[in-house]
Amino acid sequence: MTVISRPKAKPADAIKDASMAKQKEMVNAHYDRLASARENGEKVAATFVPGNLNELLMCFDLVNNLPEVNAIQNGLRRQSGAFVMEAEKHGHSEDVCTYVKSDIGMMAKGNIGPNGKKLPDPDVLLLSYTGCFTFMKWFELLRKEYNCETIMFQTPYMADGKITKDMIAYMVKQLKQDVIPKLERVSGVKFDIDRLREYLKKSAKAEDDLVAVLQSAKNKPSPIDAYFGGIYYIGPIFGAFRGTDAAIDYYRFLREEVEERVRQGKGPVTPDGDMGKERYRLVVEGPPNYTNFRQFWKMFYDEGAVVVASSYTKVGGTYDFGFRHNPDEPLESLAEYCLNVYTNRNLPMRVDMLENYVNEYEADGLLINSIKSCNSFSAGQLLIMREVEKRTGKPAAFIETDLVDPRYFSAANVKNRLESYFQMVEQKRAGARAA
Amino acid sequence: MLDKPNSTTSDIIKRCEELFTDLYFTRAREWKAEKPGRIVVGFMPYYAPRELVHAAGGLPLGIFGGGDQLEVIHGDAYYQSYICRIPRSTVELGVSGRLDFVDGMMFPSICDVIRNLSGMWKLMFPNKGARYIDLPHNFEDDLGGEFYVSELKETCHWLEGMSGKPITDDAIRASIAVFNENRRLIREVYELRAAQPWNVPSSELYLLLRAGMVIPVEEHNEMVRAYLEAARNQQRPIKDNSRVVVCGAFCEQPPLNLIKSIELAGCYIVDDDFILVTRWENSDVSLEGDPLTSLSRAYLHDSKSTPPKYEPDEAKKGLYLVDSVRKNRAEGVIFAMTSFCDPGLLERPMLQAVLKKHDIPQIAFKYAENSGQMQPIREQAGTFADSIKLWSGA
Amino acid sequence: MRTFIGIDLGSTTTKAVLLDENRDVIGRGITNSRSNYGTAARVASEEARIDGRFTLFRRALHAADPGHERVQDFLGALERNFRLVQFLEQLDDLEETCNGQLRSERFAAVAGGLREALSEVFRRLRAEAPELYAPGANRKSDFFRDIAGSRFHAHAEAVAKDAGVPHDILLNAYDKSIIEVENRPPGGDLSEKFRRAMARVLEHDPHLIDGEKDVAQEIERTLGVELEETYLVGTGYGRVTLPFSKEHIRSEILCHGLGAHMMYPKTRTVLDIGGQDTKGIQIDDKGIVENFQMNDRCAAGCGRYLGYIADEMNMGLHELGPLAMQSNRPARINSTCTVFAGAELRDRLSLGEKREDILAGLHRAIILRAISIISRSGGVTNEFTFTGGVAKNEAAVRELRKLLKENYGDVTININPDSIYTGALGASEFARRAVMS
Repeated sequence: MTVISRPKAKPADAIKDASMAKQKEMVNAHYDRLASARENGEKVAATFVPGNLNELLMCFDLVNNLPEVNAIQNGLRRQSGAFVMEAEKHGHSEDVCTYVKSDIGMMAKGNIGPNGKKLPDPDVLLLSYTGCFTFMKWFELLRKEYNCETIMFQTPYMADGKITKDMIAYMVKQLKQDVIPKLERVSGVKFDIDRLREYLKKSAKAEDDLVAVLQSAKNKPSPIDAYFGGIYYIGPIFGAFRGTDAAIDYYRFLREEVEERVRQGKGPVTPDGDMGKERYRLVVEGPPNYTNFRQFWKMFYDEGAVVVASSYTKVGGTYDFGFRHNPDEPLESLAEYCLNVYTNRNLPMRVDMLENYVNEYEADGLLINSIKSCNSFSAGQLLIMREVEKRTGKPAAFIETDLVDPRYFSAANVKNRLESYFQMVEQKRAGARAA
Repeated sequence: MLDKPNSTTSDIIKRCEELFTDLYFTRAREWKAEKPGRIVVGFMPYYAPRELVHAAGGLPLGIFGGGDQLEVIHGDAYYQSYICRIPRSTVELGVSGRLDFVDGMMFPSICDVIRNLSGMWKLMFPNKGARYIDLPHNFEDDLGGEFYVSELKETCHWLEGMSGKPITDDAIRASIAVFNENRRLIREVYELRAAQPWNVPSSELYLLLRAGMVIPVEEHNEMVRAYLEAARNQQRPIKDNSRVVVCGAFCEQPPLNLIKSIELAGCYIVDDDFILVTRWENSDVSLEGDPLTSLSRAYLHDSKSTPPKYEPDEAKKGLYLVDSVRKNRAEGVIFAMTSFCDPGLLERPMLQAVLKKHDIPQIAFKYAENSGQMQPIREQAGTFADSIKLWSGA
Repeated sequence: MRTFIGIDLGSTTTKAVLLDENRDVIGRGITNSRSNYGTAARVASEEARIDGRFTLFRRALHAADPGHERVQDFLGALERNFRLVQFLEQLDDLEETCNGQLRSERFAAVAGGLREALSEVFRRLRAEAPELYAPGANRKSDFFRDIAGSRFHAHAEAVAKDAGVPHDILLNAYDKSIIEVENRPPGGDLSEKFRRAMARVLEHDPHLIDGEKDVAQEIERTLGVELEETYLVGTGYGRVTLPFSKEHIRSEILCHGLGAHMMYPKTRTVLDIGGQDTKGIQIDDKGIVENFQMNDRCAAGCGRYLGYIADEMNMGLHELGPLAMQSNRPARINSTCTVFAGAELRDRLSLGEKREDILAGLHRAIILRAISIISRSGGVTNEFTFTGGVAKNEAAVRELRKLLKENYGDVTININPDSIYTGALGASEFARRAVMS
């Protein structure tokens, strides 16, 4: 009988293209800078990815430390599980966000960064309260440990799908009257708005190239994976590099690399090399899982599934609908940037965006990776799924994992659903062909 | 029912219980039907500017989930298992038609789940109003204050759109006055309970507050007044209970049985965060000047602390709980938090640390609005009550 | 003849369906899943082929036609004897394996006494075997593991006592051996087993087929028809690594949808409540899956939950439904959390609630969750098919009917007695299509 056992694949080193290697260098360099900030007399600001004010922090010579990125790095390095449990040992509930717990667990265990060196205590916590309620509690928890200046910078929620004058006014006023004076005090550096304009000009340049890269996925085959690969691409601009020359270089380099792939008709690079034939084009909503990142990605590329657009790559800024940082209106444009962040958009806006992606990128459907930690994303996703399915007529699927808690990644469960979904898409296509 | 001159507490509480278990909201429906043009506007915990709805000639209707009696079928279809219960039962109330008479819903910024529910409401009930009330976390008058005034203004416009009538400043001031009265009465109930907890069982207090969520405030004022009078004129047996403060029930509601279980286990609840909207402001909201500014100032400078609200001053973090323990002569704190509640559960370790610093005994457990099992709660609360006595005796 | 086989490797049982070129089901087979999935699949498909042989016998002997009642009796006897032959063979294997175990160090000290005791247990097992397969005999299970296990335990105690060997060592030898035996692929020539069974039938009742023409020749001729395994498709829950190559695997959702469509072509919604998951599937008029939803990571409300409840109440799984049916006042149970099931149950019992009321509430809670999953997948628009182990539970079915009516009005609800084969049936059709289209 035709019972054949599948050979066990042996793990190999991940294959990276040149831009990925470059990106990795940048991330490493930043961690080294952070680790030696004290020796170099640099001060450190901790802040969050969504609504981060990197250009502003640069105006005060502050080095930016992003706890979510630390959690991600710890997830990828398979250290987050122990950190999460450490935090739970200290009384944190198993119910709540694992980014927070990974961060707190890391602190409890000596705050050793992903590069093996101790991360410096922050001099200021810039609480960019954008798109996620948990951020507020997170920095209240850190404030208790570090006992340093904490600046609340509130971004109003885009509840009615629009940015109002009052919202911008509130944010600009917070910047002028609260955020900037406090940053001046902490850093000892006087604020220079022209310096900010200069940085914002650089941001806009890199943003142009980022958008070109993300939109290259409209090609068939798509030269990039806009979710798994996309996470590499957004790293510098969502992190400590927005507004720098390094970011301009990186995104120009990346764009050229991607455009070359388009010319050659190539698909994305995966950790196992060039992806095979593109069979499914997906839009993905929700953050990825980091503890089993490669295994998770493999479930896609092994089946020829490529992600052509994702909402997660808009979590640190949404640029593909035209917004750019604007040196002519520096503070207003920082406000607008924060307001536009994906999780700061109301559900109808998110549905519109995903519907638009399915259509514009000619996707086969929407896949939602629902993250246990992240209610900001997850609450309402089942309705989002229903709506996008209804409006596009394309099938959607739902899987559940977590950001950095390995206990919430059930490979068999995820694979089962993914394969069912891919086969369903295939079967529907066959049905459509037959009809 | 309140026209009888001498209602007893049990008469009043019986009426409250009817209102509490009526998930069809009969009284609010009747109120709306009494006069054409009336609007009913729902709001979720923990705080909403009810005065504005009132000033718009509307009835603010507290939607506090489905409790433990509502069978949630379709609501569950919208939420993953790791999300709390209140949005599920609220959706169930909506899709099952129980809120068909409600013109609009207000969703205060408690957490990401309720925030997102505001958008879900827009998608699911496009013919109904849905308004997210973005509360300020900056407490300066010209920053957070100005922003909040603009939020309140927009809320007024939204209400005007539903009622078709402009809201005047005088109307808002008049409404503030009625709600000031309501808050004064509720504060009195709290003071009475702290003084004589045996005469004001917390399960009764809770029902009294809940009743106020579904009837006109004027009726509720009468009801609370009557309850106060009746409660003051009776003497119930005093028990050798421990005095505790309950913290964590600010959004998803504890089952009534949970409150009863804590009491049965030997605890007098002398302060709590049940239905905070009924006493959000600590003193009267000013009737002078621009009423929206008054509401905003009250929010910024004279309102309760609760986990969803930012505390700008680390030195003050959690002290409100210590103050409450002192003021109400409590012997310990029971953290009863909702499962999967981000603000509550992330806040809890910070509050616990503050209590520990002040040597205040505490226990913690979680519940859901539909928790059926009270045995573990009875056991924990009972053990806590006993141990408090042992400590204080030593 | 060409046959197409579908195998559904479930978490507790493995099912196989054999289809012919005309899309007719020739045979079905089932076995308990075990650590070696390859063996489980082979056993199930061999069982389906055995069943298929009987189908062919019936066809060849026109058993369904009037006036052939004796043929029916004969085939019944043939089947019982075939099972007996099979059982005895497996018993031989088990004894041999047990004896092999004795050579290991663990048993060395008592090997002598043990060997005698074992031989006595197996003598008794063999002696009572024909009774197990007598006409009208009631077997709780048809899986070798279950029958041999329960009978071995029944005899081992007495034998151990008489022989003066430790009872637990005897059981230990069995436990070690049964795993080995059941993970061995099935052996032996099937036709030969049929012939031996036939000989037994005629030995016992030489006149059984008097008056029927050429039965022996027809059986022999039918055995000569090769059941060619033209194509195989496997499916099953993702947690197991299916022992098939990729092109031979289809998702269980697709197989389930197609299987339900084959049973009831008007079905648009399929609910499957299995041991570890609950699935809501929407299909179109061709059996193509349009949407599906499954329970999330948390397995609350799946079949396994009832298993825990049964254990906690010290009842058999199949006894739960009938007891729940006696309730007039179902308790309201809000949590279907498997972890807390036991505690909640004890709490309620201690508060004086009736067992039947609690059980009725539990059944309702499970179905409520299922209804939520259906609602998530898109609700119910037309005929509805309920499959999986829980579909056999009358209390669950009663609640389902009630809730579907309340939420979706009058819909036709199909529950097939062979619903356990739904996934395998769909898989077999995928196998057929792989070749035929």
